[in-house]
Amino acid sequence: MSILIKGGYIVDPENKLEGVYDILIDDGEIKKIEKDIDSEKCELIDGKGKYIFPGLVDMHCHLREPGREDEETLLSGSLSGIKGGFTTLCCMPNTKPPIDNQGIVEYIYNENKKIGLMDIFPVGAITKNLEGKELTEIGELKKAGVVAISDDGNCVMDSEVMRRAMEYSKMFDLLVISHCEDKNLSRGGLMNEGYLSSLLGLKGIPRQAEIVMVARDIELAKLTEAKLHIAHVSTKETVELIRQAKKRGIKVTAETCPHYFSLTEERILGYNTNCKVNPPLRTPEDIEAIKEGLRDGTIDVIATDHAPHADFEKDVEFEQASFGMIGLETALGIALKELIKTKIISLSQLVEKMSLNPAKILGLDKGSINIGKPADLIIVDLDKSWEVKREKIVSKSKNTPFLNWTLPGVIEYVFAKGKLVLNKN
Amino acid sequence: MLNWKHKDLLGLEELSKEEIELILETADSFKEISLRPIKKVPTLRGKTVVLFFFEPSTRTRTSFELAAKRLSADTVSISATTSSIVKGETLKDTAKNIEAMKVDIIVMRHSSSGAPHLLAKAVEASVINAGDGCHEHPTQALLDMFTIKEKKGRISGLKVSIIGDIAHSRVARSNIWGLTKLGAEVTVCGPPTLIPQGIEKFPVKVTYDVEEAIRDADVLNILRIQLERQKSNLFPSLREYALNFGIDAEKLKFAKPEVLIMHPGPINRGVEISPEVADGPYSVILEQVTNGLAVRMAVLYLVSQGGK
Repeated sequence: MSILIKGGYIVDPENKLEGVYDILIDDGEIKKIEKDIDSEKCELIDGKGKYIFPGLVDMHCHLREPGREDEETLLSGSLSGIKGGFTTLCCMPNTKPPIDNQGIVEYIYNENKKIGLMDIFPVGAITKNLEGKELTEIGELKKAGVVAISDDGNCVMDSEVMRRAMEYSKMFDLLVISHCEDKNLSRGGLMNEGYLSSLLGLKGIPRQAEIVMVARDIELAKLTEAKLHIAHVSTKETVELIRQAKKRGIKVTAETCPHYFSLTEERILGYNTNCKVNPPLRTPEDIEAIKEGLRDGTIDVIATDHAPHADFEKDVEFEQASFGMIGLETALGIALKELIKTKIISLSQLVEKMSLNPAKILGLDKGSINIGKPADLIIVDLDKSWEVKREKIVSKSKNTPFLNWTLPGVIEYVFAKGKLVLNKN
Repeated sequence: MLNWKHKDLLGLEELSKEEIELILETADSFKEISLRPIKKVPTLRGKTVVLFFFEPSTRTRTSFELAAKRLSADTVSISATTSSIVKGETLKDTAKNIEAMKVDIIVMRHSSSGAPHLLAKAVEASVINAGDGCHEHPTQALLDMFTIKEKKGRISGLKVSIIGDIAHSRVARSNIWGLTKLGAEVTVCGPPTLIPQGIEKFPVKVTYDVEEAIRDADVLNILRIQLERQKSNLFPSLREYALNFGIDAEKLKFAKPEVLIMHPGPINRGVEISPEVADGPYSVILEQVTNGLAVRMAVLYLVSQGGK
């Protein structure tokens, strides 16, 4: 069966293609990208006035399987991702049990094969049981298919262990993703430290907990020449450290998340547990610096850090509430609202940060629209907007601070791995 | 006269000067009841007050219980160890169950900041915050202000120094909001490790010098030092704390002649306050406790009228 997408505006930075083209898809494979393709015998999708991006790639999400299938599964995560325009997900290793051995990696690949909606690539643990002590069998993890290693929420506190992990992973050309948090400085902390944490009587997490670890990991990347990726940048000082590191030629890349350029710590007033996230929401100056970092290329990637939690883990005392928020379904909308409508970055830059760059950093053959490849793209109407409603959330968990926000950009069609997996009709 | 409009009393930060004055005036009219031979009025007859305490408390809980009983309310006391919280039930579920028994007022003490706010949103009953984490302890600050007003005749223009662990103190926060709204000048004093971040945005002066805090002050409110703070290296030892910040007769030489010595209790004799100061002529520590009853009667009465 042939599908012709007629007259859509393609944004494909990898192929430096930006403009109105038709796309012919035959049997899931892209056959032609040209102006005015003959539409006979084709199923037609009217792309007029719509934008076509390569499928989005999320290099940082939590899918909770195995272990907390009540919060999310590979299936529900896939569906949530598709709703948000993602066609590739990388799931973090803090599952139960954690992704610290070949068996769990294979489990995820096998389960996802049965679902078959999109590619889900596991990120393996740096240390056994995410304890920061002994390295996992990194070579075997790589062979089993992990695309990066990270202890995610558990920053590797022992600098020697981190050094060896980076040094060792170099021979596999494996990316090390660091959640930068000095756990001694942040111990017991619940939100950004400052006036508001003092006002609310909540223990603060000083911004230095992130900054000192980013500085450490940059120096370890210099020492080991490993590929380092800084997860969820939240402070202006971190942006500057990464900017300088890149100038020094150190192999470092970085991501931020939609909530770090759209929400400040003030959202916590009233003890709003949906805004409890780690690293914590910061200040307006941090948001400005992060936007500038996105604009000038210091921050390469927008990832979601999609962290589903059951209601009973959020609808509790602030201190007891879990850290994290879901983000797959709102990421593109928040980015369009905060970065495109405000003209901070171009659409091409947005596609780089949400699709091409994460693919490149992880070495995935994704993030562009190529003839001869399976169709992996999304069609978005940027003139339409939608409202975030609890009952419309596809994720199993509903912990989002963006409820009732109106976001630009309605995703009308999603092609993943050659299949049409979302159709507005 | 101003009417009370709120369903709950969660903190003093969100109250206006007039609302705080209303509570103090109401407390003034209730104080006399506790001096009668028959210490009971029918004001809250038929109402049920639940005392929901997740932290050990003798003074505050007894004070609320007596206040409710003197207003003829029925009281039930639940503490964390006897409630189903230990069985894994969430706070909200427990609260909903209590509410299903048709109670009118829930007085809550909890170690987590914001817990009463969660409760207040979940239930229709009025919620009174009897201390939440490091956030607020409104009735303590109200009884402190009531005592100051009774002794000094006013609050506006007075200089009040709060000495001790400001960072972790709900008493300090509620006092800062209440006192400054009523026109007092507040100074906080303690080692820098016990002064909260962002203090410059609070309407207070800060000093690490206890002499400076004592000099010129009309009132010294001395906070309890928790032993566990030393274990997190917030100060080297209780001994060193007592040497630098413990208020004793020697340090009181810098004080104004009619200075009021206050302490929210329970006191650590010889740590933050020496026995001769705690029991001395300027101490109003026990009068604070007496006034606590009147203030809590006033708060129980007002919230039972509010939000209707």
